[in-house]
Amino acid sequence: MKHFDVVVIGGGHAGTEAASAAARAGAQVALVTQKISTIGMMSCNPAIGGLGKGHLVREIDALDGLMGRAADAAGIQFRLLNRRKGPAVQGPRAQADRALYRAFVQRELADQQNLSLLEGEVVDLIVDNTRVGGVVLADGQHISAHAVVLTAGTFLNGLIHIGDQRHAGGRMGDAPSTRLGDRLNDLDLKRGRLKTGTPPRLDGRTINWSILEEQKGDDAPTMFSFLNSAPVARQVSCGVTRTNEKTHDIIRANLSRSAMYGGHIDGVGPRYCPSIEDKVVRFSDKDSHQVFLEPEGLTDHTVYPNGISSSLPIEVQTAYVGSILGLEQAKILQPAYAIEYDFFDPRALSAGLEVQNLPGLFFAGQINGTTGYEEAAAQGLAAGLNAARLAMDADQVQFHRSGSYIGVLLDDLRSRGVTEPYRMFTSRAEYRLSLRADNADQRLTEQGIGLGIISERRKASFYSKMNSLNDLKARLQQRNFTPRDLLESGVHVSADGSRRSGLDVLGAFVMTTEQQNALLPELLTAEPEIRTQVLRDAMYGRYLDRQQIQIDQLKREEGTVIPADFSYSDLSGLSGELTSKLQRQRPASLAVAAQIEGITPAALALILANIRRTAALQEAV
Amino acid sequence: MSDTIFALATARGKAGIAVVRVSGPSALDAAAALGVGPLPVRRGVLRNLMIGDELLDSALVLFFAAGASFTGENVVEFQVHGSEAVVSALLRFLTSLPGLRMAEPGEFTRRALENGMLDLTQVEALADLIDAETEAQRRQAQRVLAGGLGQRAALWRKDLVRAAALIEATIDFADEDIPVDVLPEVRDIVERLSASFAAEIEGSRGSERVRAGFEVAIIGAPNVGKSSLLNALVGREVAITSAVAGTTRDVIEVRMDLGGLPVTLLDTAGLREATDEVERIGVARARERARLADLTVLLLEPGETASDTEADIIAWGKADLVPGPNSVSGLTGQGLDWLVEEIRTGLQQRVSGSGLLIRERHRSALSLASESMASARQSLYDGDPSLELVAADLRTASHALDNLVGKIGVETLLDEIFSSFCIGK
Repeated sequence: MKHFDVVVIGGGHAGTEAASAAARAGAQVALVTQKISTIGMMSCNPAIGGLGKGHLVREIDALDGLMGRAADAAGIQFRLLNRRKGPAVQGPRAQADRALYRAFVQRELADQQNLSLLEGEVVDLIVDNTRVGGVVLADGQHISAHAVVLTAGTFLNGLIHIGDQRHAGGRMGDAPSTRLGDRLNDLDLKRGRLKTGTPPRLDGRTINWSILEEQKGDDAPTMFSFLNSAPVARQVSCGVTRTNEKTHDIIRANLSRSAMYGGHIDGVGPRYCPSIEDKVVRFSDKDSHQVFLEPEGLTDHTVYPNGISSSLPIEVQTAYVGSILGLEQAKILQPAYAIEYDFFDPRALSAGLEVQNLPGLFFAGQINGTTGYEEAAAQGLAAGLNAARLAMDADQVQFHRSGSYIGVLLDDLRSRGVTEPYRMFTSRAEYRLSLRADNADQRLTEQGIGLGIISERRKASFYSKMNSLNDLKARLQQRNFTPRDLLESGVHVSADGSRRSGLDVLGAFVMTTEQQNALLPELLTAEPEIRTQVLRDAMYGRYLDRQQIQIDQLKREEGTVIPADFSYSDLSGLSGELTSKLQRQRPASLAVAAQIEGITPAALALILANIRRTAALQEAV
Repeated sequence: MSDTIFALATARGKAGIAVVRVSGPSALDAAAALGVGPLPVRRGVLRNLMIGDELLDSALVLFFAAGASFTGENVVEFQVHGSEAVVSALLRFLTSLPGLRMAEPGEFTRRALENGMLDLTQVEALADLIDAETEAQRRQAQRVLAGGLGQRAALWRKDLVRAAALIEATIDFADEDIPVDVLPEVRDIVERLSASFAAEIEGSRGSERVRAGFEVAIIGAPNVGKSSLLNALVGREVAITSAVAGTTRDVIEVRMDLGGLPVTLLDTAGLREATDEVERIGVARARERARLADLTVLLLEPGETASDTEADIIAWGKADLVPGPNSVSGLTGQGLDWLVEEIRTGLQQRVSGSGLLIRERHRSALSLASESMASARQSLYDGDPSLELVAADLRTASHALDNLVGKIGVETLLDEIFSSFCIGK
């Protein structure tokens, strides 16, 4: 029997990131997938990043993961979203050439030390003494492992809908993993059902581009990876068109034929990525919706019309696509479809994504109820890393929500669970002002070096950047200004006699770049990137101090651990509903309990008072 | 199994009766040890308390069964005669019993909370209720006890969430078409909350007064009868009165319940150009205290016209000699009812705010929320507002409200509340 430290099941964004992270952490890893040729495939839209999502990619890159570098290698149009808003809410995004993306990921994995790629279908888990000991393949082969990372995506009981037609499947053309799904049933984990959808794919050669608005990439593209500075692939534009009243009439007339509205789908879809049926019904007062025409690659004619996903029958899709400006003659290469799939309630996971009632098994990606490549990849990285550390008897890695979007993602999943496909937004991060996409390396790379997952090349570039940054900060800190100095430079300040350092001055006053440079010539001589970082930190300084107070309070409450055997039913002051909710969710700490819907301050006080009493009694014994 | 605790529940010192409360699994055993046999539930019975063969006292004994008592445990109350000797002997005897110990400060209430007999806001308001000296304080504590603060905070929070949602939509869905400009609505909400927070903080000055007491200064020329008036209001000789002008040289303070409000009356030195140094200092202090007082009563000689327009209430003294409207006499009590009513109405206006922020903790939380709104306003009227900063301000305000109602920071809250309890409550 073959043996590995870690077996990763699945070659999507979660699986590849998990396999890479585990191997970089020093474990012997096998990635098992049904088709090696589909590893690294982008099965939905041909884009990476966005708001919140772009932050995740930056963090994955800061930990030397794959996604940032792959997106840079495959990027054919780069845009920094919210460019005109503050730096904390800017998110990098890129259209990616599917073929280039897949090729990059496959090459990286092939070159990765400690990593083997195996083709096969995992049909079962080996369980020894209540912990996972490996996997069984469809051909009967057994592979033993200390830890298994399952990234099954939408393959679990996947059901594809096109109008009233449906068939079992993962993504189009792939066989669903129902046998593994049956096996997981026995684990007695809570399941839920979600759905997601894709738009019809169009033949770009049949689109009338000449009459459509063109959306260009940024003049100065923002890369995902801290190691890259410019795109490699040829850059292209997207097109923009809109639906119209005629489109909406066609959809309204055929609503009953939609899988969604015809009652064929039980799963809950995301509110923020609605199908065109949803948009027409829910926003009936709007007579037009935007459609982005995104090329899927440089050598591929396929176009992804972002904004018109659907589960209507094919002939209706043809009709509504044809009603849209510029798409009158457009040929559908692959029909739109909705897919329903199972996920497991992520509240059953540990902070490191390990299934708590089956040690050694880790879940990452859509199986935990998330949507999106970036969310999947971030979980893959965390799960792979922790699986490797489990196999090597090292402590699990914790990502705190005050330090990274990865931390926000893992904490949200674990403490709140999922009611609709979970997508990252910047608003999910309450400490958003410090979790910027541009400082992900400053937040995470040091930790990554400690974990041994950072390449020599990145290490060198990171240290050099940190040296310049610290050097500039130190020099600004040493500068010293009286109110008079400042007034003379045109900065409005009250003559309160207090002296301020250069850093304080930057944080406290709104100044033009000229004023800043005149007052602090150190800024002029610094590298642009270093200068930008210092200015951004200074800009948010006052808010960051206040945020720190809130973070400290949160950490204190997280430190108030609720014992796993804490008996809520003995608390006579709790309502029956709250008791059963607490009993079911078993919050790990007071901070987690406070997040439970319907919890009252009085209930929290009651819990806390009883934790203290129990602790006091135990001390007395 | 928890200990059985006991404490004197009434104030120490000589009094008509003293109540010693025992709570816990051994409460009935303690009663038995004192020679008290089976006790009916929730009905006072007269029993002889025996220590050995010796009669300690004849006491009214009450038993509350677990689940239906203040602490949720078995509780026995001994109402003994309020003699220091009796109380000390009883407490000493209880200490000697196995499984019994003196209660720590606030332990009865803590047990009530732990056993679900009280919730947190009730505990907090209870602390105030226990400390309430006057009708107004009692009403105020009852209002918070009824959940008024939590309800208002919930409404504010709803507004904050709405404003945050509008802002977050423009931040997180920048790429999708959100055609409407959300800023006007956000500005409206922020303005409204700013005003509410400010009003609540303003009103809380009155609430704090209800908690801590008002100051009412009596001012006027020397020998116009200020001290006599004070004595008449208080009902006992506090200030020395004499016919010699300038008898009161320092500020005399008397704390009293005036028409249901806690008031500290200030008798001040007569306002005149004093010749001696001590009196001059007294006059200066009188002016300063009058300036800081919540309300000033200017007492004038009969027939005199008021020149001091700063005073809130003007009264003419010596009504026994020269009766007339708005005139009072400390000697005969004429006009006192009118004056008390005037003072009460004057003070009542100062507490007409909602009066929900009765603790420093409440006020500091709301001040933070208020500062955040000011900061948000500043950003919102910028030409190109930094929405992420507005969002951060909104979040801080929500956080402050969560602290206010105890959704977060329960730990600190509990410590603070329990530290304000005396033993035995």
